[in-house]
Amino acid sequence: MRISVEQRLRRPRWLTVAVPFGSVVFAFLVAAVVLVATGHDPVSTYHQLFDAAFLEKQSIDQTLIVATPLAFMGLAAAAAFRMKLYNIGAEGQMYLGAITGAAAGLYLGGRGGPSAFVIAAMVVAGAAGGAGWALIPGVLRAFFRTNEILTSLLLNYVAGLILTYLIFESESYWRQTKGFNATVFPTGKPLPHSAVWPGWTLHVQGGTTIPLGAFFALLAAAVLWLLYKRTRFGFEAQVLGDSQRAARYAGVRMRRKILAVMAVSGAIAGLGGASQVGDFSHALDGDPNGLQKIGYGYTGIVVAALGRYNPFAAVLIAFLLGGLENAGNTLQGPSFPAGLVGVIQGIILFSALGGEILSRHRVRITRKSTHVTAAPARAPEPAA
Amino acid sequence: MNDSLLVVLIASGVAYGTPLLFAALGELLAERSGVLNLGVEGMMLVGAVMGFWTVERVHANTGLTLALAIVIAAVAGTVMATIHAFLVITLRANQIVSGLALTIFAGAVGLSSYLGNNLKLADVPAAHSFHTLLPKGMQNLPVVGPILFGQNILVYASWLCVIAVGLYLSRTRPGLNVRAVGESPAAADTMGINVTAYRYAHTLAGGAFAGIAGATITLAITPQWVDGITYGAGWIAIALVIFAFWRPELCLVGAYFFGALQALAPQLQARNISLGPTVLWSNSLPYVMTVLVLVVVSSGTARRRLGAPAALGVAYVREEH
Repeated sequence: MRISVEQRLRRPRWLTVAVPFGSVVFAFLVAAVVLVATGHDPVSTYHQLFDAAFLEKQSIDQTLIVATPLAFMGLAAAAAFRMKLYNIGAEGQMYLGAITGAAAGLYLGGRGGPSAFVIAAMVVAGAAGGAGWALIPGVLRAFFRTNEILTSLLLNYVAGLILTYLIFESESYWRQTKGFNATVFPTGKPLPHSAVWPGWTLHVQGGTTIPLGAFFALLAAAVLWLLYKRTRFGFEAQVLGDSQRAARYAGVRMRRKILAVMAVSGAIAGLGGASQVGDFSHALDGDPNGLQKIGYGYTGIVVAALGRYNPFAAVLIAFLLGGLENAGNTLQGPSFPAGLVGVIQGIILFSALGGEILSRHRVRITRKSTHVTAAPARAPEPAA
Repeated sequence: MNDSLLVVLIASGVAYGTPLLFAALGELLAERSGVLNLGVEGMMLVGAVMGFWTVERVHANTGLTLALAIVIAAVAGTVMATIHAFLVITLRANQIVSGLALTIFAGAVGLSSYLGNNLKLADVPAAHSFHTLLPKGMQNLPVVGPILFGQNILVYASWLCVIAVGLYLSRTRPGLNVRAVGESPAAADTMGINVTAYRYAHTLAGGAFAGIAGATITLAITPQWVDGITYGAGWIAIALVIFAFWRPELCLVGAYFFGALQALAPQLQARNISLGPTVLWSNSLPYVMTVLVLVVVSSGTARRRLGAPAALGVAYVREEH
């Protein structure tokens, strides 16, 4: 038997929707097999999962807490991946944005400025912090052709160490040094009232707060969409992504484009970091088992890839995956397997990748014997 | 003399560098055949957890259990690599995204964590672990004692692997074929080499090496299981392949260098030597140095990507009709 994959001449429209949807269904089926194999009941596990994600009282409120940073991270990844610049450093860029955003909030909020001004300053500082951190791999890629995948990833570890250092291993500006609690367990200094981001509370599910950061994420998605669809900058970035050679002949300034795209990507991630501090933690979280353990930046890659780097799709998928992740967090305990959510996300991404190819190609399975004279025999696929 | 900082650093560099070396050798094999696998971190973690599971659950004598653990870790890594191989070789998916997906699927918050928690492996010391092999008299020899003779059997096995991979790629027919597949799959195909089979075989071999690398961490270096215990070693291994210009013997040098950097932080702390904000500097040193060496290697003389397989990261499509 011989499997061959050939290009489809025309790609049916319905496949664009069917592929991501089918990937999700497929992932849950495969994960069900894993669950059964390890002695869990998939039906009740999934039931718990969806209840905790979207149906229970205040579940959407909790889901938004996860979905907001995921949306930023997904947008950050989409902005860079679209140009085939694989910035997988959104995680570290988020930490840096949290550090600079918190600094702005602590400093300006402490001086009693108006809240709107303090929040605006936090947004700018967070975006700048993230962009600055992203420019390190950006500059290395633009001027030394250093692989940005590795540098941006390795800098995540460095950023995490800086974050921990600021709260746990030094008496930095960000650390709470006064009070009894500060001597027991190191924590970040709480933000002054004017630096705390307001939310919009709806009376559904017993009170659901939409954080300010969620609106910023939507805004960022709209800006990104306009940037890539409606400006010369975005067009050139996409040409560069599709074919470096074509871009060079067209006179695109490569170095500038690389730096600009990395800065935009990092700024969105950094804004996510500022939102993390302003919306949710209200202090810099340096705990290695806190923000750093969640890995929003890595899940952001799943978000972006599933949305095929479309900003609005990324926001929607962030909400759905946010629900999954939130449920994973709330259910974590002896009866619910940890790591399941990561497994499901990974399988979703694998099947989306495979499905993407299958939708553009046709798979033909032919018997070898009928082809013996027509094509030279190929060894069968090694068994999986 | 054997307590001097330099000797201790080199000796622990060899020990800490061994998982990096195994993982880098595996990635080198895959990349030489033209397949970039960024899932090393994930494959290592699954190998690490399955190897640890074996020593916890199998009740046999130490030697047999540990041998079985290494085999199971290798199989686990191979299974993970199969997913990547199927997606990028058969379905021709984007190698970068597929590799990242593998790390997310298998990594610190994915399958390895699921297995570790589900099999209740966290917070228990390993029932069996690798220890130094040679007699104490040899280990106490000045300088060479701790560095060469004070190591466990995995270290010596890794040396054999370096030699084997080196000879394989330069002296054997299949080894030369792999290089042809990585440089020019179309030409290799014309010569009658089965490009698909070669790429599958070497990607899977890479997974086996990564699995062993993970088990080296949980069974020899820190004999325990913690979520995400590799702390980015898989990524450093991928970078190592680039520094080593895709040559196995240079992988060994690089792995020990980065191993020594990892050992630096605890050693300095133990000796009360302070380098400014010690913890921050010395802990981030392996990552920062990796970035710096990458920059040096990717600019200047190596600008032509000396040694990189020409078809690395490119799916092969035979033009049939």
